[in-house]
Amino acid sequence: MVRIAVDLNRCQGYAQCAFLAPEVFTLHGEEVLLYAPEADEAQREKLAQATAACPVQAILVDVVDAPSEAVSGDR
Amino acid sequence: MIGDGFLERFRREGRIVVVGASLAGLRAAETLRDKGFAGSLTMIGDEPHEPYDRPPLSKQVLLGRATADRTALPRRRSVDATWRLGVPATGLDMAARRVRLGDGDEVPYDRLLIATGVRARPWPREEEAELDGVFVLRTRDDGAALARRLAEGPKRVLVIGAGFTGSEIASACRERGLAVTVAERGAAPLVGALGGVVGAVAAELQREHGVDLRCGVMVTALEGDASGRVRAAHLSDGSTVEAEVVIVSLGATRNTEWLAGSGLGAGPRGIACDAGCRAFDFRGIVTDDIYAAGDVARCPHPLFGYQFLSLEHWGNAVSQAGIAAHNMLSESTDRLPHMEVPAFWSSQFGVNIKSVGVPSLGTQVLITQGSLEEHRFIAVYGYQGRVIGAVAFDNARWLPFYQELIERTAPFPPQFPTVDRRAEGQRPVDAGFPDPSVPSHGPTVTLSGYSPADRRMTFTPAH
Repeated sequence: MVRIAVDLNRCQGYAQCAFLAPEVFTLHGEEVLLYAPEADEAQREKLAQATAACPVQAILVDVVDAPSEAVSGDR
Repeated sequence: MIGDGFLERFRREGRIVVVGASLAGLRAAETLRDKGFAGSLTMIGDEPHEPYDRPPLSKQVLLGRATADRTALPRRRSVDATWRLGVPATGLDMAARRVRLGDGDEVPYDRLLIATGVRARPWPREEEAELDGVFVLRTRDDGAALARRLAEGPKRVLVIGAGFTGSEIASACRERGLAVTVAERGAAPLVGALGGVVGAVAAELQREHGVDLRCGVMVTALEGDASGRVRAAHLSDGSTVEAEVVIVSLGATRNTEWLAGSGLGAGPRGIACDAGCRAFDFRGIVTDDIYAAGDVARCPHPLFGYQFLSLEHWGNAVSQAGIAAHNMLSESTDRLPHMEVPAFWSSQFGVNIKSVGVPSLGTQVLITQGSLEEHRFIAVYGYQGRVIGAVAFDNARWLPFYQELIERTAPFPPQFPTVDRRAEGQRPVDAGFPDPSVPSHGPTVTLSGYSPADRRMTFTPAH
């Protein structure tokens, strides 16, 4: 699984992400961006393209393998 | 010790404890590692979940486009921390430099970051709050429970409070085709944060989308049926709303109770800290080993007369966490002030609302671009002849320009023509903020006095 967050303070609605990874990013109304906070590994390549193409660099995608940072109570 | 390699040793083998494992805590931990902190890092969080993102909870999750347990925050890097999750911090011993935990454990630190944030303010009457079908929305578990209930298709949902969260919830409910009543004490939705002029547009949006919006009323009581399920709410105007789901959206309370008696300058307004995120003790003396970041912190902001500003904003949590982490590892002359211009967003009823600066400090407002009637505009807020904030409805791309005006304290009203200026944009009008002496749950920005030991709950006039 890939985790995603978008800094919507930065987002200007260029919608490059919605073209490059439409399963993850969609425009809702004229400029509201809705995104899936988690996506399949299969989306990783498209997500990398979307992240790179964002003119304001608002998209943040996991850089570490989530399970290796898995957290649970006491360790 | 000073100049004696203390900092170098601390960076190599010191102990940092972060209380609060949400956005600010996680981003601070990542920054600490980025900047070369090689000592031990302990993350303490009262929720049993790893850090997750809250904005989707009132949007994607309620729309059924994401599930609440799949909103974990992406990681910028590995933080190599010891995680103590599901255990609240219950006390702080500043002299012994230890944090007490709910399970009786104590965790020692050399430097401490407090990022305990806020929690939803519950419905004040406990028996009513415990009725089945009464919700608040702040945590992942809240979001999961509410989404589940909305999916069952309740006959009517009542949202108490039309601040940003309440309005977003109402929007999601309408999008799902649910009947919604919104009860707001103020004259309009969002009025505490954006004022009456823009609030009137928010009210129009709600009504156009079929919300039964009732302003100027309070919910006086919630009524349950024999099986303990909520069935109705009684309003101050004498009316009754039958609803199977009630969402209490009355703002937030800062998580500082665990610091009571510790000697730290913490109270219901948050933790007072300097511009570098160092917390004050209750005497107004700045500590050098305790830092605060995110919703729980309040710190003086140079753009706003060095008033203590506390911001319940996503972007503030990220930037303040970065500043706090940097300063925890730096010599005093290398420290950085937290000066970011406040900014936030909300989406509701298909409209993208974004804000920069502090609109609620404004007394006047000018629609410099677009038109209120079209629900697409820029509203610029003025305070004592300068630009203090700007709000965009479906016009976000212009905001960076207005942010610049705020940063250089440009004169208000702006002295230049703007694209798409209409007749209504010729002259500023009163921004229509409510009487500041009346408590409001609307604003997510709070300005408060200078005393770091201030424990009163007073509402500072914006006028």
